[in-house]
Amino acid sequence: MLNPISFAFKKAKEEKRPALLTYTVAGDSSKKQSLEILKAISNYADILEVGVPHNTPVADGGQIQTSSYRAIKNGIKMNDIFKIVSDFKKSKNSKPVIFMGYYNMIFQYGENNFLNKCKKSGVDGLIVVDLPWPENKIFSKKCRKNSINFIQLLSPTTSNKRLKSITKDSHDMIYYISMLSTTGGKLKVSPKKILANYNKIKKISPKKNCVIGFGITEKTISNFKNTDGLVVGSQICKEITRSLNNRQNPVINVSKVVSKLRKKIS
Amino acid sequence: MKLKKGIPVIDQGDRLGFWGGKFGGNFVPETLKKPIEDLEIQFNKLKNDKNFIRERDKYFKNWIGTPTRFIKLNDLTKHVGGAQIWSKVVSDANGGAHKIYNATVHCLLAKRSGKKVIIGDTGAGYAGKMLSMAAKKFGLKCKIFMGAKDIKRQQPNVKAMKKNGADVIPVYSGSQTLVDAVSECMRFWVANCDTTAMCVGSTVGPAIFVRICGWSTSQISRELKVQLINEFGEVPKKLKLYNCVGGGSSSFGFWNEFMDYDKKQVEFIGVEAGGPSKSKRHAAPLTYGSKIGILHGAAQYVNQNSDGQIEETESISAGLDYPGISPLHCFLKDVKRARYTAASDEEALKAYQIVTKYENLRPSLEPSHAFSVAIKEAKKLSKDTVVIINSCGDAYKDSEILEKKLGKKYVKSN
Repeated sequence: MLNPISFAFKKAKEEKRPALLTYTVAGDSSKKQSLEILKAISNYADILEVGVPHNTPVADGGQIQTSSYRAIKNGIKMNDIFKIVSDFKKSKNSKPVIFMGYYNMIFQYGENNFLNKCKKSGVDGLIVVDLPWPENKIFSKKCRKNSINFIQLLSPTTSNKRLKSITKDSHDMIYYISMLSTTGGKLKVSPKKILANYNKIKKISPKKNCVIGFGITEKTISNFKNTDGLVVGSQICKEITRSLNNRQNPVINVSKVVSKLRKKIS
Repeated sequence: MKLKKGIPVIDQGDRLGFWGGKFGGNFVPETLKKPIEDLEIQFNKLKNDKNFIRERDKYFKNWIGTPTRFIKLNDLTKHVGGAQIWSKVVSDANGGAHKIYNATVHCLLAKRSGKKVIIGDTGAGYAGKMLSMAAKKFGLKCKIFMGAKDIKRQQPNVKAMKKNGADVIPVYSGSQTLVDAVSECMRFWVANCDTTAMCVGSTVGPAIFVRICGWSTSQISRELKVQLINEFGEVPKKLKLYNCVGGGSSSFGFWNEFMDYDKKQVEFIGVEAGGPSKSKRHAAPLTYGSKIGILHGAAQYVNQNSDGQIEETESISAGLDYPGISPLHCFLKDVKRARYTAASDEEALKAYQIVTKYENLRPSLEPSHAFSVAIKEAKKLSKDTVVIINSCGDAYKDSEILEKKLGKKYVKSN
């Protein structure tokens, strides 16, 4: 049986489109609202990345930082985040969930406890921004034992030698960082160049699902239709901020954005 | 966990950059793996390259001005009435603090690798000021990230950075202090690592930055060892080295050459910032038993909550106001080579008053923390004990704070 993440990619492929992955921060702007947002956008997205907010992030741009600080200020705790996922997983439109965050949160929870809790609440995969290969070897093995996808990251600075080793150690999904940037940066590299790197990865590792993230927005997404999957994060976080500033309902506005994104790649 | 003899501590990390198997490492985004590896290869080669060492020493001597003075504080010794109190006046160095050593080495490395821009973080403003000076000297463009709160309280150094042509970029996230400045600086590097070199301002960050900084500041103890032998004919039988510890760059540099001595002969005392005496907040993770966590790419003892969110610190001295501590110091604590304690804001201010009353020396608020503990302990020590405090910064940058806390007259008269 395929794991939920691979199954989501398979389904998108059958519809001849890339899978749409969204990123929202757990607890932004409140526990209740972030759950509602997940429920609403899962009508259009295939896989949901749930950001675990951390207050000293070394790779997040302004939009995601704003969301994270907002969530932390509103008192979000690790156990609340697990609760959001388990509540979401009970809803009728539930989709695979991937946690994206920083290693200290896992380290403080205890790796084994963390993975147990992931399994119990229905987390299907993990992206740990600051736990690169080969530092992540032991932890990623633990994830595999617990049937949780550990998602390796690749970037334009990754050497060919590293690329081969990392893809070899990766599970079903790989995440390609499109450019040298924090999240939410403007796409400063041509789509052609990004796709060339993407194809290089696919050639080395054709069976693994490779998604592209960083700089993907409504404006740029249609350039990448022939890929396995695309991640949109900062644009969504920005929409939440904008809605809150204008006293509008972020749930409605964000789901509109995600619906548009989906149309652009369908 | 064991401290090895005959091998520099900066080279005692394992293959993945961990000291004692658990402090340090490289918890960085994939994008930074390559630039960090490049820097490692470059540094490992150059630190044994005679030409490079000669070049470093040339700038250290002619531009930074080595050696800095080693002086006896006669009146303070008399006043305290115990051990002999001496000071290594590192604030003599060009720019007024030890941060110049690390900044110079990073600029030399950046130049050799063909980078045109160098970026750095700063708390008290010294690391930023020195990097801006060195960047100017070596013809590099310079950007300094600094917490908005620190910009307000360390204006003299901000002005100096701007005068040297650096962009000072205020950081408004989080607590708006050093911790956020380092995060923002690393984020900028993530986005620009192909054209830009990064200098981490202390012995913190990914392992290579810890090593480069420790290697650079070790100049302090190299000089001191020679000065001690000139003064006493040998390294004294009872020697105590007091140093403030924020990130830990000056203290590590002050101790490094004496690492292999028995601690009964050469004792290291690190003084952390205890914060205001009435506040629960502090910047003293070693003294108050903080748990191991990951901050800015390295595993270390760090102030954090049970979830792993980094906690805000509080200290009168911006240079010590950091929730974490160098992996080197975590290691030295756990192998029991160094002893760590804390001084409060009030104790540091009092020590500043005592030192300036008896001596023609103006330690900044950071070394004033070390003076506080040294003065207290020296009282109970024998006359043949040699107590040395690293006066690693000058109080000029603290004028505003000192004026507010102690009064204008007091500051001016000194």
